[in-house]
Amino acid sequence: MGRSGGGRRRDRMRWSKLYTFNCFRGHHGDAGDEGPSSDAAGAVGGPGFSRVVHCNNPVLQKTLKYPTNYITTTKYNIITFFPKAIFEQFRRVANLYFLLTAILSLTPVCPFSPVSMIAPLAFVVGLSMLKEGLEDWRRFIQDMKVNNRKVAVHKGDGEFVYRHWEELCVGDVVKVEKDQFFPADLLLLSSSYEDGICYVETMNLDGETNLKVKRSLEVTLPLEEDESFKDFQEAVIRCEDPNPSLYTFTGNFEYERQVYALDPFQILLRDSKLRNTSFIYGVVIFTGHDSKVMQNSTESPSKRSRIERKMDLIIYILFTVLMLISLISSIGFAVRIKLDLPHWWYLQPQNSNKLDDPSRPALSGIFHLITALILYGYLIPISLYVSIELVKVLQAHFINQDIHMFDEETGNTAQARTSNLNEELGQVHTVLSDKTGTLTCNQMDFLKCSIAGVSYGVGSSEVEIAAAKQMASGADDHDIPLQDIWEENNEDEIELVEGVTFSVGNNRKPSIKGFSFVDDRLMQGNWNKEPNSSTILLFFRILALCHTAIPEINEATGSIAYEAESPDEGAFLVAAREFGFEFFKRTQSSVFVREKHTSPNGTTEREFKILNLLEFNSKRKRMTVILKDEDGQILLFCKGADSIIFDRLAKNGRMYEVDTTRHLNDYGEAGLRTLALSYRVLEESEYSSWNAEFHKAKTSIGPDRELQLERVSDLIERELILVGATAVEDKLQKGAAKESLLSQIANGSQMVKLEKDPDAAFALVIDGKALAFALEDDMKHMFLNLAIECASVICCRVSPKQKALVTRLVKEGIGQTTLAIGDGANDVGMIQEADIGVGISGVEGMQAVMASDFSISQFRFLERLLVVHGHWCYKRIAQMICYFFYKNIAFGLTIFYFEAFAGFSGQSVYDDWFMLLFNVVLTSLPVISLGVFEQDVSSEICLQFPALYQQGPKNLFFDWYRILGWMGNGLYSSLAIFFLNLCIFYDQAIRAGGQIADMAAVGTTMFTCIIWAVNMQIALTMSHFTWIQHLFVWGSISTWYLFILAYGTTLRSGDNYQILLEVLGPAPIYWAATLLVTAACNIPYLIHISYQRSCNPLDHHVIQEIKYLKKDVEDQTMWKRERSKARQKTKIGFTARVDAKIKQIKGRLHKKGPSLTIHTVS
Amino acid sequence: VVSVFFIVGVIFVPVGVVSLLAARDVVEIIDRYDEACVPGNMTNNKLAYIQNETISKVCIRNLTITKAMKQPIFVYYELDNFYQNHRRYVKSRNDAQLRDRRKANQTSACEPEKTTANGQPIVPCGLIAWSLFNDTYSFTRGSENLTVDKKDISWKSDREHKFGKDVYPSNFQNGALKGGATLEPTIPLSEQEDLIVWMRTAALPTFRKLYGRIYFDLKVNDTITVRLNNNYNTYSFGGKKKLVLSTATWLGGKNDFLGFAYLIVGGLCIFLAFAFTLLYFIKPRLVTFNSSLLQSAWKVISCVLDIHVTF
Repeated sequence: MGRSGGGRRRDRMRWSKLYTFNCFRGHHGDAGDEGPSSDAAGAVGGPGFSRVVHCNNPVLQKTLKYPTNYITTTKYNIITFFPKAIFEQFRRVANLYFLLTAILSLTPVCPFSPVSMIAPLAFVVGLSMLKEGLEDWRRFIQDMKVNNRKVAVHKGDGEFVYRHWEELCVGDVVKVEKDQFFPADLLLLSSSYEDGICYVETMNLDGETNLKVKRSLEVTLPLEEDESFKDFQEAVIRCEDPNPSLYTFTGNFEYERQVYALDPFQILLRDSKLRNTSFIYGVVIFTGHDSKVMQNSTESPSKRSRIERKMDLIIYILFTVLMLISLISSIGFAVRIKLDLPHWWYLQPQNSNKLDDPSRPALSGIFHLITALILYGYLIPISLYVSIELVKVLQAHFINQDIHMFDEETGNTAQARTSNLNEELGQVHTVLSDKTGTLTCNQMDFLKCSIAGVSYGVGSSEVEIAAAKQMASGADDHDIPLQDIWEENNEDEIELVEGVTFSVGNNRKPSIKGFSFVDDRLMQGNWNKEPNSSTILLFFRILALCHTAIPEINEATGSIAYEAESPDEGAFLVAAREFGFEFFKRTQSSVFVREKHTSPNGTTEREFKILNLLEFNSKRKRMTVILKDEDGQILLFCKGADSIIFDRLAKNGRMYEVDTTRHLNDYGEAGLRTLALSYRVLEESEYSSWNAEFHKAKTSIGPDRELQLERVSDLIERELILVGATAVEDKLQKGAAKESLLSQIANGSQMVKLEKDPDAAFALVIDGKALAFALEDDMKHMFLNLAIECASVICCRVSPKQKALVTRLVKEGIGQTTLAIGDGANDVGMIQEADIGVGISGVEGMQAVMASDFSISQFRFLERLLVVHGHWCYKRIAQMICYFFYKNIAFGLTIFYFEAFAGFSGQSVYDDWFMLLFNVVLTSLPVISLGVFEQDVSSEICLQFPALYQQGPKNLFFDWYRILGWMGNGLYSSLAIFFLNLCIFYDQAIRAGGQIADMAAVGTTMFTCIIWAVNMQIALTMSHFTWIQHLFVWGSISTWYLFILAYGTTLRSGDNYQILLEVLGPAPIYWAATLLVTAACNIPYLIHISYQRSCNPLDHHVIQEIKYLKKDVEDQTMWKRERSKARQKTKIGFTARVDAKIKQIKGRLHKKGPSLTIHTVS
Repeated sequence: VVSVFFIVGVIFVPVGVVSLLAARDVVEIIDRYDEACVPGNMTNNKLAYIQNETISKVCIRNLTITKAMKQPIFVYYELDNFYQNHRRYVKSRNDAQLRDRRKANQTSACEPEKTTANGQPIVPCGLIAWSLFNDTYSFTRGSENLTVDKKDISWKSDREHKFGKDVYPSNFQNGALKGGATLEPTIPLSEQEDLIVWMRTAALPTFRKLYGRIYFDLKVNDTITVRLNNNYNTYSFGGKKKLVLSTATWLGGKNDFLGFAYLIVGGLCIFLAFAFTLLYFIKPRLVTFNSSLLQSAWKVISCVLDIHVTF
């Protein structure tokens, strides 16, 4: 994983005491440097440093009110839930509007009965609150689980009892056992190790999986068993107040009338885990929400999707329309009141109140404006927000449940951590990807090596295999998806031309993790028979000794795993073990190696004393150990980047330089990561004089200390003798070979992985330093423009901050949806900055996942997440919103038209109950089923035709054309519904019995027509029907009839009493009108889709048709053609490398092939 | 989709034809009498005419039957520019009071026609009842009296459930302001069918209401004499009054619109079906991707950090 700032800090912490080369900047002196420290003590007690902890003294401690270790992450509690949740709900402008109307409905201004205003609002808000409540309840349960974990606490007299975490108080002494989490921030007193060290895994804090060493003060070392805490009373800790900084701690430890300075090396943080240590004792310093990890927890910034933002805009437009028609209505009302009402004797105008007073038309008009605003409120879909919320939760559920995104290795499914952004997944325009661990497994395989100018290892890299496969199949145009290459590995070897052979097959699946090396010359001790066996021996020893790893012995099997800084190191150690040099133990000063084939007596254990360790950093690009072997010889082993090592070779150390360079180039072309290994023998005197200088530099204080150290170490890392080089393969994640497929989403863009030497990438490559300039204000737009022109951009060696800056630049510069994917703590910035952050859950800890919006367990699932779920969710939500506006416009406007015929009096033609049920019951379920289940094409086809994905970034389904189209459709439908019914029921009898339709009959018929029209419309919109959709659509229509039947039996219904049974049911004209209006309403949509399909089809129409017409043989070829068409010709990264390899091989064969390899960075 | 158009067309055209034929069967005679019934000397002041109780409101109209009418013949009155759907009007009633004698005091929502000046509840209260239509018609053909059957002109459920059998009008039209018709206090509301019909407010300002039925067949060129009492004031708001005699079919009254609408929609669908079929043959679409879609670029920026051992 990329290790920048954080990584280096960690390195310091880890090796601070054990080894010598380190770079302490702080003023504490070395870690664990015990004894009173004046400058640290100075701050303690001052502002911000007020905390006092009386260790093991609960009586005294109680006088200080510190919180208990109880944590809660819930948003609400029982008391605050209602006020807070209701407040949250009414922060939405639409809900606030409905609340206002509900309040106004209690006044005579309201055209409806209060219940018909309040009930839907209560339903909608209640549902949202229920969802909030459930989510909070889940958090509460989670908290309870944590709070009820148990830990051994000293209860007095040297006795420890198990207590819940939540009962823990500041000052308690706790005993934490192996593989347990620390319950609070602790001061380490002692451990099961004599020297008071312990190993800690901080994965939950910063996502780093390697172990860190913590070390207690020497003065507390005697407290190493339960009994010793009997008399441990007087110790007092004075330290800083709670703060979120994970890597700092300032405080004093007062014990036995002495003051000792504390620093982060004695502090064990909550949520980190004790490893490799059987137990520790510690004193609780920060509890519960005071602990650093809790102080650190920030709510991930809430993001809203583009569609939702646009939706708000549309709601504002609708509000404007609402305002407008209300204004028209109230002006109309005022005019009629003024001019006509005095003549309408049947209204008794002389007895009118202020609501309709002919003498004061303006006042009445203003009152009527409020009435109208309420009346036409049906233009605003009240249930839109809650429906969308519900739909998104269900969509997220589907994403979480998708078996195709289930990782069998880790048992993790994909997780939509927020459901706000589902549809945004379908609109991703730019992907920003972290490489290691994201594109690659970050799992290194030792594949080849060059020792003494001889290349060993016959295995092939993925690049070579892919190239070989393509050569063999003769498919230059990449018609065969790369993943097929792996699947078709049934041949062991592909003979290309004489001499050029790649072995494929067995060795692709190494039995040993991290080791794919195949070459009998070196295995089983055969290397002894090689001509340069002494050099080979050195090579192996360098592998086994020059590192900073810690061996971890699995007690059950006796096998050894390595806790290595980097996976490369791990691969080296595994390789060394396989070659017979097993590193099995490390102490403060020595490394122990079990060597199998070096002596005739079989396995021997050798101890190498570590004298100095000069650490790796990205500037030095090399790492050195100086050690003394059992014969007392002082050796310096150095590994590093080839260019660095070659610069430092002695004159007599360049024996193999030419051959090794050639091999390194070969390895590089095969996509392998290479390192050069070298050594040097030091004279005792030479070493000791250097060491003295080194020690001086180390202990010097001042800003140039690091520089000094660098200079001094530079002195000794010279005159090296080249031994050889290694080549490890950073394996692509399974499915990252599908990069070509992913690039099809892009149709022309590429997923990129950065090789260390991106020689074949047609890409803009920029490193951190250059990026710093490029991101400056005046440059960044040029940089962006350049970046957009390039097929892809690779930024290497950038800091997390720069990642975030690039993300922001792209996000703001392109103005399109960006997606950032990463797996480590250093990706958090860009994950939070991007429109969508995707975290890879897996080896690198939880930090990225915690910050992300979606988490997947492997990179390859991104494809499915975007192409299938993103595409679906985008279409679903877009169609759903459009439909919502359509149906509410179609319904709301009929109310307005009726006004014109009712003297703008605010009378509604529909019964209050119909209106109440319209949004909440009669039309809500079909649209929800559309939002949850709609699939334009099946998931397989989505994956096969990623071109479909383009519909999202192009926003074909939520552009203004479409939104206005739907609104126009709503307008048309409202006109059709109202005026057709008006003409049909104008003044004539509706029955053979001569009866005339009254207002109730007309209203009910119109409402029936609306229910039919909008439900037919959604049925036409859906392209994927399951029984659920059928149930909901037809169920909604039946519900309407059932409702009107039931409603007709109650006398509450007024003129709607028995309306279906007695008035409308027996009237053929009612059914005829329903049929006519339903058909008339949907004809424009039908015309639209027929026209679009026949003249201007969208991709999914074509595919739906192909699928519908699909005939076996004929279409198979066509599908293939379509698929290859959909594939891009430009290739980057892996694909490009394969091309380059093919060209290279061809060139070799024809002796004239031009090499397209471009060296951009060396 | 083309088949959908075709099916809709095939269904709609016959339905349209049938509806149209049914509507054509209906014979309808409309006579506007509000102007004609004003005596010649008062045409300039119709309002004074209608408000003057001393002037006789009886008016004789002769109608000639243009086409044979089979019984039952429905008698309607039609009002124009009368906002029965005005919110102030629609609200002004109390259903509970109409249904139940014991709830006579429930006059809420009946403003401004709730109680008498001394606080007695009006039954039926509210503007709707107060403005009950009060023109009356009687018909003769020659000397033959064509009796108007006024039974069953309202919905059965209204009579049985919404207007009480034991609820009698009280304090009705007793106030200073006289509205429309008075009600016979001895007849329960459930039998006051004119009121029941009137209380079903109309959806539009132009509306007809059923007055009664005549169970006589009328022949072509029959002359019918209508003797009417022109009591109801539509002059103040300029509303027309019409008398309508009409027959009805299974589809109701004389309503050409439904049939035409069906024919138009059906015809349009068939036209579209042909048009799209034709389009398909003229311009057969290649099953292919839109090439511009393939060209679009989707940028991938790979932020890659240096790795510990990447030198």
